Amino acid sequence: MALPTVLWLIIFCYVPIFGLIMAFQELNITTGIFGSKFVGLRNFEFLFASTDAWVITRNTVCYNLVFIVINMVLAVTTALLLSELRSRLLAKSLQTIYMLPYFLSWAVVMIVLSAFLHRDYGIVNKVFISMGWQSGPVDYYQSRGLWPYLLVFINAWKGVGYQTVLYLAVISGISGEYYEAAVLDGATKRQQAWYITIPHLRLVIGISIILAMGHIFRGDFGLFHVVTKDSGRIYPVTDVIDTYIYRALTKLSNVGMATAAGMYQSVVGFALILFVNWVVNKIDPDSAMF
Amino acid sequence: MAKEKVTPNRFNQISAGWNLAFTILLIGTSFFMLIPLVLVIIVSFSSEASIAYKGFSFFPSEWSLAGYKYLMKMGDQVLDSYIITITHTILGTLMSLAVMTLYAYVISLKNFKFRKFYTWILFFTMLFSGGLVPAYIMNVRYLQIDNTLWIYLLPSLVSAYNVIILRTFILSTIPDSLFEAARIDGAGHFRVFISIVLPLFKAGIATIALFNVVNRWNDWFTGMLYIKDSKLIPLQTLLKNLQDNIDFLKQNAQIAGTPDGLELLDSLPDQNLRMSCTIIVIVPILCAYPFFQRYFVQGLTLGSVKG
Repeated sequence: MALPTVLWLIIFCYVPIFGLIMAFQELNITTGIFGSKFVGLRNFEFLFASTDAWVITRNTVCYNLVFIVINMVLAVTTALLLSELRSRLLAKSLQTIYMLPYFLSWAVVMIVLSAFLHRDYGIVNKVFISMGWQSGPVDYYQSRGLWPYLLVFINAWKGVGYQTVLYLAVISGISGEYYEAAVLDGATKRQQAWYITIPHLRLVIGISIILAMGHIFRGDFGLFHVVTKDSGRIYPVTDVIDTYIYRALTKLSNVGMATAAGMYQSVVGFALILFVNWVVNKIDPDSAMF
Repeated sequence: MAKEKVTPNRFNQISAGWNLAFTILLIGTSFFMLIPLVLVIIVSFSSEASIAYKGFSFFPSEWSLAGYKYLMKMGDQVLDSYIITITHTILGTLMSLAVMTLYAYVISLKNFKFRKFYTWILFFTMLFSGGLVPAYIMNVRYLQIDNTLWIYLLPSLVSAYNVIILRTFILSTIPDSLFEAARIDGAGHFRVFISIVLPLFKAGIATIALFNVVNRWNDWFTGMLYIKDSKLIPLQTLLKNLQDNIDFLKQNAQIAGTPDGLELLDSLPDQNLRMSCTIIVIVPILCAYPFFQRYFVQGLTLGSVKG
C-alpha cells in the first residue's frame, strides 16, 4: 500500500538529491550528469565572488523575518478584535473576506496590482497627477525605494487572513470558564486578553514561528518574480535566492551555478531547521518537531 | 473543533462604544481586501475608450463587454487552457488523494514494524531537498515529461506535509480498537482501509482535497517552466503570459490567419482583455470558496498541530 509513495519519494526526492553533484560540474546538457566534467568548487567560487550571493541572501532572510513578524502581529490583533465583536454573523463574514486573497494566485495578484501601478492607466498615477503630486506618469516597476514596503504590504494582504482564521479557531477553543473566573475577580477586557487569550495562543504562535524560521532561506517565487514583473531595475531590492536560481537556470543556462546556489539554500536551510529545533527542544520540548 | 463563543456570557461583552469602534476598524480593513478585486471587475467591464481616457477607474465613462467578447472570439486558447487547468485540478487531486491516503494509513498503523522508517523517509523530504535544478534536470532530461500532461500530475503527486496531516487525522479520529477488531474478524488491510478508514475519514480527505484543488488551480509555475506547447498552457500561466505580452494570445488565436482576423487583432482591447481574463480565472474558485471554507478552517487548525 505504501509502494506508490515510496517509488515517488525515490524518483522525485531522493534521486534528485544526488543530482546536487551537478554543483561541482560544468554540465553538458547533451551528455548529462554522467558525461560532464568535474570542476571542483568553481561554481561556488563564482557564486560567492560576486556581490549577488550577499544581496540575495540578505533579501531572502530580511524579507522573511519582516513577513513573519508583521503578519503575526496583524493576524493576532485581527483575531482578538474579531473574537470580541458582538455580532457573530459579522465576525464570520469578515473572516471570509479576509481570507479571500489567500485563494488568489500570484499571477492574479500581479494583474490586480498592475491596475494600481500601471504607468499609463494605473489608478495611482492618474490620481497623483490629477492631485498635482506628480508632474508626469511614473513607472513604479522601476522605483527601487518603493518595493520593500510594497512587498511587505502585498504579502500581508494575501497572507494575514489565513493566519487570522487559524488564531481565531484557537481562541474559540479556549474554555469560557477562564473568562468567567477572571470577570468575577474584576479583570478588565484588556487584562483578559493579555493574561488569558494571548498565553493560550502562545503555543500555536510558537509552532508557526518555528515552521516559518525553517523556511527563512526560501523566498516566495511568485511574490518576488511574478508580482514585480521580473523588473531588472529593482533586482537589488527584489532578488531572492529562488529568483536567482530560476534566472541562472533559464536565462543564463548556467546549470552548475544554479545547482550550487540551490545547494547553498538547501544546506543552510537544513542547518537552520536543525538549529531552531535544537533551541526549541531546550526551551520547550513539547513544541519541538522532532 | 469547539464552536462555542469566546464570550459566552453577555455580562462579559465589550462595551457598545468599543464594539462600534472595532466594527468600524474591521469593516474598514475588509474594504482593503475587497477593493482591489472590485477594481479589476469594473475595469473588465469598462470600454477601451474609457480606459484610454480615464485610465483604470472605479467610475468608467463607458461600460462595455468588449473584453469578454474578444475572449470568446479567441476561444481556442482560452478553452484549451481551461481544459488543462481542470484536468490538472481534478485528475491531479484524485491521483494525489489515492496515493497519499494509502500511505497515511500505513504510517498510522501502530503495530506496523517499519512505521517509524516509513514516517522518516517521508518527513525528511520536508527538511532537505535537492531544490529546483536537480528536479528540473530529472523531469526534462531523464523522465522527459516536460511539455506533456504528466508534468502536472507526477511531480506534485505527493505532498509530505499533506500526508502528515492525513495521518494526524486518522490517529485523532479513528480509535485503534476499531482496526484491531476488524483485523481479528479477518479483514485484510485493503478491506479495513476501504470499509473503515475511508468512511470515517471524509472530513480529513475533504480538507486535503481542498488544499490540492486550490494549489493546482493556482499553479502557474509548472506551465511557465516546463510547457512550450500552447495547447498545454494552464489558465494561470496564460494570464501571466498575457501580462508579459498580449501577442501571445494573438499568435495563437485561430483568427490570426484571415484578413478579418488581422483587423480584429489591431483593434484588440488589450487592457480590459487582461482584466476579463483575470475574472474568468478567479470566478470558479471564488464560487467554490464559500462551500469549502469550513473544511479549510478545519484543515488549517489541524495542520498546526504537532505531527
